[in-house]
Amino acid sequence: MSFLTFEALNKTFNDFVAVRDMSLSVERGEFISLLGPSGCGKTTTLQMIAGLLPPTSGKILLDGKDITATPPNKRGLGIVFQSYALFPHMSATDNVAFGLEMRGIEKNERLERARKALDQVKLGQFADRHPKDMSGGQRQRVALARALVIEPPVLLLDEPLSNLDAKLREEMRIELRMLQQDIGVTTILVTHDQEEALSMSDRIVVMKQGGISQIAAPLDLYERPVNTFVSDFVGKTNLLTGTIVSDNEVIIGEDTISIDTRQYQHKSSVILSIRPEKLSMSCDKSGYEVRVEAAIFLGASWLYSVSGAMGELFVTQPNTGKAGYSKGDIAWLSWPEDAITLYTGAA
Amino acid sequence: MELTQRSNTPYFLTGPGVIFFAVLLGTPMIMTLLLSLHSYDFNTGIQADWTIANYIEVLGDSYFHKIFTRTFGLALLVTVICVVIGVPEAYILSRLSNRWRSIFLLVVLGPLLISVVVRTLGWALFFGGSGVLTMISQALGFAEEPVSLMFTFTGMTIALVHVLVPFMVIAVWAALQKIDPQSEDAGLSLGASKSTVLWRITLPQAMPGILSGSLMVFALTASAFATPAIIGGRRMKVVATAAYDEYLSTLNWPLGAAIAMLLLIANIVIIVSYNKFIERRFAKVFE
Repeated sequence: MSFLTFEALNKTFNDFVAVRDMSLSVERGEFISLLGPSGCGKTTTLQMIAGLLPPTSGKILLDGKDITATPPNKRGLGIVFQSYALFPHMSATDNVAFGLEMRGIEKNERLERARKALDQVKLGQFADRHPKDMSGGQRQRVALARALVIEPPVLLLDEPLSNLDAKLREEMRIELRMLQQDIGVTTILVTHDQEEALSMSDRIVVMKQGGISQIAAPLDLYERPVNTFVSDFVGKTNLLTGTIVSDNEVIIGEDTISIDTRQYQHKSSVILSIRPEKLSMSCDKSGYEVRVEAAIFLGASWLYSVSGAMGELFVTQPNTGKAGYSKGDIAWLSWPEDAITLYTGAA
Repeated sequence: MELTQRSNTPYFLTGPGVIFFAVLLGTPMIMTLLLSLHSYDFNTGIQADWTIANYIEVLGDSYFHKIFTRTFGLALLVTVICVVIGVPEAYILSRLSNRWRSIFLLVVLGPLLISVVVRTLGWALFFGGSGVLTMISQALGFAEEPVSLMFTFTGMTIALVHVLVPFMVIAVWAALQKIDPQSEDAGLSLGASKSTVLWRITLPQAMPGILSGSLMVFALTASAFATPAIIGGRRMKVVATAAYDEYLSTLNWPLGAAIAMLLLIANIVIIVSYNKFIERRFAKVFE
């Protein structure tokens, strides 16, 4: 029996379908990400779980109880909002203690627990500061402490890291994930950042136009996306349109590549997906000949834009400390057979 | 060279405004101050001497004490009533859908579009002995005699509240607009009821607006002239109408000027100390 369940959840605003027929089961202690572009319904879903928005139809079950009609202040869920939504007129401690006060916990105990929660997010020495005197990262931690101190059955995170700078965001990912695993709180994260979802989640729910495209663990999702939308949205990929000509040949542009096509119809049009880092590039004059059009050095790796008979491709190569290719160089690409995924149509 | 040029620019830019205010606001004020320091003789008019006798007269006379007490009592009462009416009004306004909000905003601001004299004369018609108020009370059998609120403290209070509530609504509304709506959701999610959220989360964040609105309403009431002159008349004088009467009825300009200066000083003292209090109380919280 799963801990948090959505059954055929729908939400429409006038004519606009924000969430369509969403069903999902979340296990206790699991970290789930709702990932998708803006307008895919992920935030609407989160608000329905929080009780801030009533679903048009469908049910939400928490630990076996139907909470669909429970008002947000009776659900007891911890929420970290995108804007953090701290109370500006209260100190960090009072912000964190507010939820405990609402639960009728007496003053000394709630101050004690608030202080502990602030220590947990490494903000012990900022307990008396007001939000306006804190940095974005500190506010984010106060918001997290405030949500966790009430010991919620489910923690909801609405793009919690999107207002932080890149370096801090990466640190917070690790910290947030470690904290979540320590406490063991069931967590639902809403994000449009695929890296964030891949790095923190047990499972990722990819959403598009109000519906679920795929539910999978991060590695599975990355390696086996079910359609071109997922493969393009999660990570980078090269999408090439081709036509099947035989059981093991596909024509792409002016080139023919060999790949097992037995489960597809001849003459049908297919889309091939290959990730830039699965391609390897060399000067050994064997494989697929390309010309380097642009070379970008990213520190840990090189990103090349190359052109060949199949058209334009992106290639990522690890930085080995040697000079990379430069614009105008001719190189040869090769790839393992299972690196290419075939899709019968765009999704 | 460039540095000095840059540092001069603000003075050039603010210069016209400063001169404008210095001439049009500063000069009459200084002239009033100088006027208040002369003595007055009923036969020969304003004397060329320098004296603070006018101030001593006002500060020592229980007649003026009563007028000053009435004025600031009125200002306090009007401010409190404006808070009680204006804050919920602004809150409801901020919760309306866009279309209704613009309609109601117009209704709220409507009084400001009509001249204060015309509006007050409207109240006079309503309050007068043969006015609407009398007709309604007599028709409903509440009163046999004519009911009049003319020349009463209550009448002045009602008319001034009507004039000044929009200032409170605008100030509070501006503060409410700045509140992150998610902070109310956060309050709910932490277990607070809707009324607790209103009381503990929304209202404290609207406090700067309530306080600055109060300041405006208080200052405007304390120095109001048209409404007290028409509704209060001679029987219910406030400081502004008392100064007016000294100028135009008694023709004792120096005494009128002294009354005006004392009103200005009292107003400044009250407003500055109130502002200090607010700053000390809220500096930690708001920018």
